[in-house]
Amino acid sequence: MGCIVLGCIVLGVILAGLSPYDPTRSDTSVRFQPPSLSHPMGTDALGRDLLTRVLYGGRVSLLVGLSVMVITLLIGVPIGAIAGYFGGWIDNVLMRITDAALALPSLLVLILLSAILREVEAPFLKGNPVLTIAAVIGLLAWMFTARLVRASYLAIREMDYVTATRALGASNLRIIALHILPNAIGPVIVESTLEVAYAILEESGLSYLGFGIQPPTPSWGNLLSNATEYLQKYPWLAIFPGVMIFLSVISINYIGDGLRDAFDPYKVLQKMGEV
Amino acid sequence: MGHYVIRRILQAIPLLLIVSIVLFTLVNLAPGGPLAGRGQSRRLRPEQVAILKRQFGLDQPVYLRYIYWLIGNDWTKIDTDGDGIKDSPGQGKGILRGDFGNSYRTRTPVIESIGNALKNTVYLMSVTLLIVAIIAIPIGVISAVKQYSFFDIVVTTLSFMGQALPEFWLGLILLLVFYVWLKNPLTGESLLPAGGMHTLGVPFSPGDWAKHLVLPVTMGVVGWVTWYSRFLRSSMLDVIHQDYVRTARAKGLTLNKVYFKHALRNALLPLVTVFALDLPYIFAGSLYVEIIFAWPGMGRLYYQAAIDRDYPMLMAILTIGTMMVIISNLLADVVYAKLDPRIHYD
Repeated sequence: MGCIVLGCIVLGVILAGLSPYDPTRSDTSVRFQPPSLSHPMGTDALGRDLLTRVLYGGRVSLLVGLSVMVITLLIGVPIGAIAGYFGGWIDNVLMRITDAALALPSLLVLILLSAILREVEAPFLKGNPVLTIAAVIGLLAWMFTARLVRASYLAIREMDYVTATRALGASNLRIIALHILPNAIGPVIVESTLEVAYAILEESGLSYLGFGIQPPTPSWGNLLSNATEYLQKYPWLAIFPGVMIFLSVISINYIGDGLRDAFDPYKVLQKMGEV
Repeated sequence: MGHYVIRRILQAIPLLLIVSIVLFTLVNLAPGGPLAGRGQSRRLRPEQVAILKRQFGLDQPVYLRYIYWLIGNDWTKIDTDGDGIKDSPGQGKGILRGDFGNSYRTRTPVIESIGNALKNTVYLMSVTLLIVAIIAIPIGVISAVKQYSFFDIVVTTLSFMGQALPEFWLGLILLLVFYVWLKNPLTGESLLPAGGMHTLGVPFSPGDWAKHLVLPVTMGVVGWVTWYSRFLRSSMLDVIHQDYVRTARAKGLTLNKVYFKHALRNALLPLVTVFALDLPYIFAGSLYVEIIFAWPGMGRLYYQAAIDRDYPMLMAILTIGTMMVIISNLLADVVYAKLDPRIHYD
């Protein structure tokens, strides 16, 4: 179910370029058209086709979601793996950093960081709004992945096969990356899937507040932000982008739930009728 | 237990210091700054900006600003008239002595604005949480007791949907339905007000205040109810299959008594911890609600400060927020140990 809905959204978003309308060019002769055959979601204050903008906005929103996932994995997995594998003072230092990051009131810092980064071009991000917002959300979300990975590594490093690999002369890096990682990755995949949904919600909220993706580039959040002004007369502007957020988040959550069951050996056996 | 709490508090102090240094640097080094925006509304000449900058102490290096913020500046001279000469002793006591400074925007003590806003936020959140408890507890219990029943499936699906709902969008839809579309049939006015805590310029009436609560509370309740009812359902499922519940039923107690008195008490245990961890959200988590319904609370205060780059206000709210997170974590552990005699800290 989730896959089908998400698949439709992704397909639509990829094929957004086929739309006969331009997502940013205005056409004042068709302002505020209600939904019709030629404009299935109506048009906005500048006469732009809302469906086209929603699809292009979806590119941005989904891309933010995926980038956040990649960023949390890139930060969280190495930190968790190193802390869990080596233990001792390395573990202590890394976990104190994680604790400090967890102590931040996340929504407040999220707003602060994006308000700052809206005006400054940070290195590496090259003023790319999608990457910037994803970096901000990712910087405040990697801790959960790190803890999860650490817990798996703590358990797995004691297993006999790891000792055997070490006896064979494998380097620490090799054990961490090639031998333990495949066995520790299950829960991380589930967590990262849900992270995508969370990031889409966060991005839409930030953009709604005006701290995220800036117009004219559409994102689901800033489409809603624009729609607030016209809520009384032109409600469709507020309805459709929200429905898209809702549908993609719920389908990603369903997929995450499905993956959780798939990675749970007990549940799999249950389905096969073995338990 | 006492030792444990003291140790945790001692551990929290360096953590708080480090976090405050990071946040302070971040806030203060951000380009733009509090004076950049002022040029747009009332065009200030560059020399006026320079004077303001000196008066706010923004010409000082960041480490000095942090020290002033932390321990105050009444031990040294500062530039009060902005002419570039340090003329009179400072007034700030620093946050270690409970002085969060003055807002750049209103020039009044930050702590006063926070006090006012906090009152409104706590008012909103207590009503919200009361209703959350009233809805979420029965839902969680019933859907656990009647697992996989029609009711359970409906509730589980609904709560799954509730979690995917962007909170601010729910607010917009509520506004659309109850403010724009639905009208009071007698007066032709909107069924419910669009925002604020009460109608301005009208003497106090409970009905008016209650009316203004309906939409913001509804918007806030949905997210919390889905979260807590799901949580209670799973913790209730853990409990009801235990022996003592069967014993209670075998004794001939009514089902209501067994589930709501015997089982619920233990099922609520983990929930208390989760609730303690959620406490910081009461402080500022209703941000979207407050912005959409123009509720003069903490979330809006912070939002405005972030736009204005009101450094003292931002730092005060961030610091209090961080303290809330640390305290609530400690509280969660302590309360859990108090409620569950099997848990001991050394």
